[in-house]
Amino acid sequence: MSTAPSSSKSQERIGVYVCHCGSNIAGLVDVKDVAQWAGRELAEDGVVIARDYQFMCSNLGQELIEADIKEQGLTRVVVAACSPHLHEATFRTACQRAGLNPYLCEMVSIREQVSWVHTDRDLATAKAKALIAGGVERVAWHEPLEPLIVPINPTTLVVGGGIAGIQAALEIADSGYPVILVEREPSIGGHMAQFDKTFPTLDCAACILTPKMVAVGSHPNITLLTYSEVERVDGYVGSFLVTIRKKARYVNAETCTGCGLCIEKCPVRVVDEVFEAGLGYRKAVYRSFPQAVPKYPVIDTEHCTYFQRGKCKACQIFCPTQPKSINFEQKDEIIQVEVGNIILATGYELFDCRRIPQYGYGRLANVYTSLEFERLCNAAGPTGGEVVLRDGVTKPKTVGIIHCVGSRDSKYNSYCSVICCMQSLKFAHLVKERTGAEVYNFYIDMRTPFKDYDEFYQKVLAEGVHFVRGRVAEVTDAARHPGEEGKIIVQVEDTLIGRQRRIPVDMVILSAALEPRRDAQEVAHKFGIACSANGWFIEKHPKLDPVATMTEGIFIAGCAQGPKDIPATVAQGAAAAARVIGRIHQGHLALEPVRASVIAERCSGCRICNNLCPFNAISFREDLGVTEINPALCQGCGTCVAACPAGAITGTQFSNEQVFAQIEGLLMLDFSGAPRGAAVRMLEPALS
Amino acid sequence: MSESERFEPLIIGFTCNWCSYRAADLAGTSRMKYPPNVRLIRLMCSGRLDPTFVLKALANGADGVLITGCHPGECHYLEQNYKAMRRYYLLRAMLTQMGIEPERVRLVWASAAEGARFAEEVTRMVEDVRRLGPLNWPAIAADGAEPAASRNGHGPAAAAETAPVVPEEAKP
Repeated sequence: MSTAPSSSKSQERIGVYVCHCGSNIAGLVDVKDVAQWAGRELAEDGVVIARDYQFMCSNLGQELIEADIKEQGLTRVVVAACSPHLHEATFRTACQRAGLNPYLCEMVSIREQVSWVHTDRDLATAKAKALIAGGVERVAWHEPLEPLIVPINPTTLVVGGGIAGIQAALEIADSGYPVILVEREPSIGGHMAQFDKTFPTLDCAACILTPKMVAVGSHPNITLLTYSEVERVDGYVGSFLVTIRKKARYVNAETCTGCGLCIEKCPVRVVDEVFEAGLGYRKAVYRSFPQAVPKYPVIDTEHCTYFQRGKCKACQIFCPTQPKSINFEQKDEIIQVEVGNIILATGYELFDCRRIPQYGYGRLANVYTSLEFERLCNAAGPTGGEVVLRDGVTKPKTVGIIHCVGSRDSKYNSYCSVICCMQSLKFAHLVKERTGAEVYNFYIDMRTPFKDYDEFYQKVLAEGVHFVRGRVAEVTDAARHPGEEGKIIVQVEDTLIGRQRRIPVDMVILSAALEPRRDAQEVAHKFGIACSANGWFIEKHPKLDPVATMTEGIFIAGCAQGPKDIPATVAQGAAAAARVIGRIHQGHLALEPVRASVIAERCSGCRICNNLCPFNAISFREDLGVTEINPALCQGCGTCVAACPAGAITGTQFSNEQVFAQIEGLLMLDFSGAPRGAAVRMLEPALS
Repeated sequence: MSESERFEPLIIGFTCNWCSYRAADLAGTSRMKYPPNVRLIRLMCSGRLDPTFVLKALANGADGVLITGCHPGECHYLEQNYKAMRRYYLLRAMLTQMGIEPERVRLVWASAAEGARFAEEVTRMVEDVRRLGPLNWPAIAADGAEPAASRNGHGPAAAAETAPVVPEEAKP
């Protein structure tokens, strides 16, 4: 079927469209010259029309292409504009509207690859021409294709039961579709459940969160799998097969009423490092917190006397249900579920403040992290909401709150953690309210965007909280004069008065950075998505597609995508749900038909390709002596195409002919844009 | 100014749709600057890179070929970049036997977040190939007679001195 690219001059009628992108491209590339050149010099290669236009992606620009397809009888279209990742779909759809198969359109990126990265006008124009020549040569070898239609399983997996995951799960479940919500901890709720008040309205976090948690727990469309983790993800959009490990709770969910008698009777007290941030205790059989959803507890085998020493069983003895709900024989359970889409809402982890030793966390008793302070001032927390020092009784008279601990610092995280300014203002207000202490906020810049946030700042200012602008150098207990004895001294350069200050306080709160989960990279790999250099999950487009990922069917929401406050997290959870619901409503999805296939007549049955496919799409037909590729499993990477010694495997959209032709086109012009003479005809596929 | 400083190499870059092409996009959206000597081709995966693509590019006048893909362990198709790596080392050994400096073909990993790295690697590659001088393979192929090494700007010694380097990974 295919012949070597350069052996025949194109029979196609190709239209070339060069976009100005306002001044984004036209500012550096002489777009008029490029279009004229393409019309003149590439005429032999099939270009029958070449135009430039202000904004090709606008309706008028698209109509221009559509009109030419109809009136000029174009059989191929090349659009030289931005990256295909931005507008390939736009122009393919335009071609389709005009009756041209959308896969006969090729985009050439002369913005991201030319005008935005180069500085010399002549050289940029020359490169733009070369890239277009590559596109023109390539598109002649494109084939009309039909997208692969895959059905969408209406069940959705939500990973992470924080406020992002809860919101997403409820939105989807409320629209009538089944959701499986997987949470690693024994209860859903996430970080928000640990907070006392939420800024800027100061509503109690539990008051607004727990009704949602209860709704999740009782929703007929939500299957809640707490104390569970995703082990493995197979398949692709529309039909993922997810393997989940349900860790043994040693409590039978069917019979447990959640009365809590077992917790009461358990003799073992354990420091609660997770929910109480190390400030409080829990039992060996425990619920994360009284309003936990689901209500039934788990047994922590590491601390349980029965699991450690083989006797006790107090929980089982006192369990009032018949049969007993405590089951020491329970084992981890592996289940498999089929889902169509997946939303990852795995949240964040708090920066370990010990990494900044000069701030004294872990060494000075009254230096707290932000999460510890949340528990300290929480009415359901270990002190019942009393803001007291570590001794449990003394109220602080002065409190220092340090912003940007581990954020905006090139030694730790260069990004801004978004929530710390508002959170610190909230702490300042709560300390004032509960103790009447003098409060010092040490900040670098005050960042209070969004609705009612700056008003909150003004309110806290009016309450008499002190603000010192400067990065704290040190938090120490080494007193220099009697006034500092027994205090913690915050050493800081006050940049507004240009002086070093030493401010003695009783308590220091470190507004620690939000960091990606320690296993974010591993989770990303499991689900086939990517992490940014900082470790946050990468969205498909930072502005226009913030909850989708490069991998079809995998969506992200909340802090796993980057630091954000609760309103933004909720909005993302709902946005991800909306995207999934849209998918489910469509019932099916059109996938890129980028697939490999074997031309059986050419296959020698050597089986070199057989072990190359990680998706097990390649199998050998013993009866026919040839290899076959299952298009439903093939993901289109093309590794087998490159490996076949007989050239018997072809890859749609990325065939050898297309790439060879593109290479010839790209090398048509030299560095300065002068023609380089005829392409060398060699090394073309041996078979025709 | 010496000859090699004025020489502007042409480099064909192969990118993976999922990371390095997006790294190139990011370099663009971040307005990072790199020399215009590189012309990119998008593949779905570095594993799609047929070694003949490289030979074709060199034969058609490219002075160097830059192959880019996802970092090991981060391949969108799980592990196909390892296959690209295997082929790359074999190809370099083969280029050496053909009298072509293996440095003309380079494999670079760049994730979608590494626009800066992409721009740096392109800049470095252009500088390195500029130092090597023109490859001129099309002219050699047209003449057909002379050995490649004598025409590649370095004289016959260049190839003779470059013993085939087979890296550890490529050895059986």
